[in-house]
Amino acid sequence: MHLLIFDSNHNNNKRYRNVKFGIVVNEGPYQHQASDTAYHFTKAALDNGHEIFRVFFYHDGVNNGTNLSTPPQDDRNVSLRWTQLAKEHDLDLVVCVAAAQRRGIVDQGEMERNGKPAMNIADGFRISGLGQLIEAGIQADRLLTFGD
Amino acid sequence: MSEIKKFMYVNRKAPYGTIYAWESLEVVLIGAAFDQDVALSFLDDGVYQLVKNQSTEQIGMKNFSPTYRTLGDYDIKTIYVEKESLEERGLSIDDLQHLIWEDEDEDWAEKDSISVVSREELGKLMEQQDVVLSF
Repeated sequence: MHLLIFDSNHNNNKRYRNVKFGIVVNEGPYQHQASDTAYHFTKAALDNGHEIFRVFFYHDGVNNGTNLSTPPQDDRNVSLRWTQLAKEHDLDLVVCVAAAQRRGIVDQGEMERNGKPAMNIADGFRISGLGQLIEAGIQADRLLTFGD
Repeated sequence: MSEIKKFMYVNRKAPYGTIYAWESLEVVLIGAAFDQDVALSFLDDGVYQLVKNQSTEQIGMKNFSPTYRTLGDYDIKTIYVEKESLEERGLSIDDLQHLIWEDEDEDWAEKDSISVVSREELGKLMEQQDVVLSF
């Protein structure tokens, strides 16, 4: 991927440079292809030397952060794929806490705070607030939304 | 974070039926704390979000429409509603809640937050944004 971004330090000279992306995933796995497309984009961006500031999961997108899904063996494992990519590239995968509480995506802290009998957050994901989404918008060169 | 960016929250979906509208509003309210340059836009079925006198008793959903009236208190003063989307649905600005903000520089005078803009104008406004979050 070659993304042309105007570099203000070189006013008369447009150059290619690395881009810092923020990624937003707004739909759950399998029902919708948004998470797949976001994954492929993220992987391609990293493979081409770009930076991913954060991947933020919102709306039903928080369901990508479960470790309890068991897709058929001949299908891709959407959650596990994110976990592996996060491990390889030290990605920051953030699940919105308000959206997660509604939909039952739970980490240790949430389990204890809300008296739940279990937790199900997948490795590599963390639960945090919507401020992380706004921060991604501020810090990233481009914020890309995947969803309807 | 010293840099101020232009954020536009684009609302395209009806208030009930899916959760997008309500969770979008949650982002807007949280985002207000970050002191960015914020605008909201409502188009397609999103214009229904601002319709006044909503009643949700019969569908057992929380009526969150009064929350839009607090946007002015969060210093959100710029709300665009797309003219064509209103017209296509037989609506006019009179069908919408009257949203205002108070101007500190003019002895807290109440000012209208909503501007009705054409599809073409809204497109140009989107082009000027640094961050467009679409719900």
